[in-house]
Amino acid sequence: MSSADISIQKDVHHVHEEHDHHHDQNFFEKYIFSQDHKVIGKQFLFMGILWAFIGGFLSILFRLQLGWPDATFTFLEPILGGWIENGKLNPEFYLAMVTMHGTIMVFFVLTAGLSGTFFNFLIPLQIGARDMASGFMNMLSFWFFFIASVILFISLFLDSGPAGGGWTVYPPLSALPQAIEGSKSGMTLWLIAMALFIISQLLGGVNYITTVINLRTKGMSMTKMPLTIWSFFLTAVLGLLSFPVLFSAALLLIFDRSFGTSFYLSDIYIAGEALANTGGSPILFQHLFWFLGHPEVYIVILPSFGMVSEVISTNARKPIFGYRAMIGSLLGIALLSFVVWAHHMFVTGMNPFLGSVFMFLTLIIAVPSAVKVFNWLATLWRGNIRFTAAMMFSIGFVSLFISGGLTGIILGNSSLDIHLHDTYFVIAHFHLVMGAAAFFGMFTGVYHWFPKMFGRMMDEKLGYVHFWLTFVSVYLVFMPMHYLGIAGFPRRYYSWTTFDSFSMFSDMNVFISIAAIIGFGAQFIFLFNFIYSIFRGRRASMNPWHSNTLEWTTPPLPGHGNWPGEIPAVYRWPYDYSKPGAPEDYIPQTVPYSQTQSSNLPHEKDLE
Amino acid sequence: MMVANKLDEENTPTGVHPLKFSLWLIIISIIMMFAAFTSAYIVRRSEGNWLEFDLPAAFLINTAIILLSSVSMQLAHNAASKNNLPLVKIMLLLTIGLGLAFLFGQLNAWGDLVNNNVFFGGSESNPAGSFMYVLTGVHGFHLITGLVFLLIVLRASFKFKVHSKSMLRIQLCTVYWHFLGGLWLYLYIFLRIFN
Repeated sequence: MSSADISIQKDVHHVHEEHDHHHDQNFFEKYIFSQDHKVIGKQFLFMGILWAFIGGFLSILFRLQLGWPDATFTFLEPILGGWIENGKLNPEFYLAMVTMHGTIMVFFVLTAGLSGTFFNFLIPLQIGARDMASGFMNMLSFWFFFIASVILFISLFLDSGPAGGGWTVYPPLSALPQAIEGSKSGMTLWLIAMALFIISQLLGGVNYITTVINLRTKGMSMTKMPLTIWSFFLTAVLGLLSFPVLFSAALLLIFDRSFGTSFYLSDIYIAGEALANTGGSPILFQHLFWFLGHPEVYIVILPSFGMVSEVISTNARKPIFGYRAMIGSLLGIALLSFVVWAHHMFVTGMNPFLGSVFMFLTLIIAVPSAVKVFNWLATLWRGNIRFTAAMMFSIGFVSLFISGGLTGIILGNSSLDIHLHDTYFVIAHFHLVMGAAAFFGMFTGVYHWFPKMFGRMMDEKLGYVHFWLTFVSVYLVFMPMHYLGIAGFPRRYYSWTTFDSFSMFSDMNVFISIAAIIGFGAQFIFLFNFIYSIFRGRRASMNPWHSNTLEWTTPPLPGHGNWPGEIPAVYRWPYDYSKPGAPEDYIPQTVPYSQTQSSNLPHEKDLE
Repeated sequence: MMVANKLDEENTPTGVHPLKFSLWLIIISIIMMFAAFTSAYIVRRSEGNWLEFDLPAAFLINTAIILLSSVSMQLAHNAASKNNLPLVKIMLLLTIGLGLAFLFGQLNAWGDLVNNNVFFGGSESNPAGSFMYVLTGVHGFHLITGLVFLLIVLRASFKFKVHSKSMLRIQLCTVYWHFLGGLWLYLYIFLRIFN
């Protein structure tokens, strides 16, 4: 806020002067405590990739336990140390790994890693701005995230282990240190990390919204914005409205854990001893948590919607089908996401009438989702498709979104959910529709915008190998889980061999675990491709995909201020691909109608 | 400084300065936080086992103090736009004084609550009392951030950086301070009705 002495000096500083002035930054200003949106975006990307590998590795560890419950894991002792006891994985550590896998993937990878990277990188470039509204707040946003990351990472190495109450941290389990190991100091660090994480998200979100609303270049009206920016904008709005609620919930949980209040605790006997807490309500936490939690899953998936729309249109060489319907459905999904949270709570004993209201609202989400899927398929239909690696991941995204979305309709029905709640059916559903799909969205973004980020191309062939291995193994992992779930196989169980009814699934569990290991292994191909291409990739041209949006009018490695000269003005929407009568199959947004008289439609003649 | 020279107030599509816009978004997120607290309060209260007690009398006085501080803040703002620089400083100092008085009054109110056997935590506490402390405490925390902001503006005013051609800082501060006052008014009325 101290930054504001603006109005008198604005004539003195011209953008160009400032541009030159910034060239004598030292290493720290340029790469570490940078206020440049492109550098901050890359910082988020590297952190996100790091977290994704940690989170993925945890999932492989617990898949080993689930696939081979009778095996001895002495070979893991060098990594896990004391968590392997007599060749067996410590059950409490199993719970901690599941919790950390969820927390890391949902918040640290698919929220901060995905939004942090692409919002920061693309918003100023695609709307035609020199930088974000406040570079300083943007930098703070990353460093709050960094500190949160460090704290969460440290919690992995505590004696009592990291948080173990599930990523939803329901009290009373998470509120009582004497309940499980994972509710001791690991849970405290989890709460501190999340509080800092929320601050980071709010700082970022304020910036994203302000930038989109205030800093668009000349001619860039809201209805000329690429769908990426629309989805980023609405995601930021969702975050701004829902993360403070999680903050409130977490604050009350901190008070319950450390200050002896009873917001969520009442009449609890633990180890034969009655606790003094009276008057609290654990369901209250669930309401607060899911009021964030449900918008949160859209915070994870909406950015992918936008990037996939952009990439599909560019690589099908066709205008996006139903541009306004796409915006409308984004708005619809964003709005509905706030009124469906209780569908996570059908089994909390809520009034059945209330349950049917939430069920009805939940099922309505199928409508805008179907509109989006229809529009993607219609965009692909008869397109001149170029199968770039990014395009493969976009099409894979649509596939995963359909397969995972269908089971959402099943789970949204309260009567069915009561049977399927907390089974592997739920795991399969959300991993397909939000987990794997959002990862595919992230890969889409990385492959597509890599040339603009690092000035070089990623290797397409390795991209294909990465895509097919990932795509196939995702389906091989999650499709069988539906069967497990229908059979009642519960999630979060350390060991299922003592239940006779599930022993017939041991082969299936081995199968899933092998597929998961292959899928995780395939990510190293991506990692190699990513790092190798940063240094040795083929040099990228200014606009390698022949795309229309503004970021491709910048030099291959845009400097501070993004455009060396004036910021270009915008004259048309971003989806003029294969326009009849045009000499080329794309017309960038910066080309005025007066230069494209051969291809102008009748109503565009007035704009010439 | 980083934003300063790039942005041009008149050229933004909304005609609002981006920092002012950001401030409104921050205010929205604070509103969401208190919406969560107060709706949790209502939900929890409707479940029964709710301790009934009298609100501390100090709350009413504190409400008057914070409303007065809003007036002095506005006067500081108006004085700045008329280039009455000494008055700006006096009014800013008055606002800071009233803000501190409010915080002090809130602490006293907490003391009254404790004397009344309404505790934040511990075996004798009830969520009714705990919520009272959380609502006032979190509001108090935000009021401290407001005071820090006021000090920044005050410091700028001593460096002749607050005047009719450099209003942004004091404008933002005024908006935030009015919001904090309004937030307390909401909390006070809310607690009156739902206690």
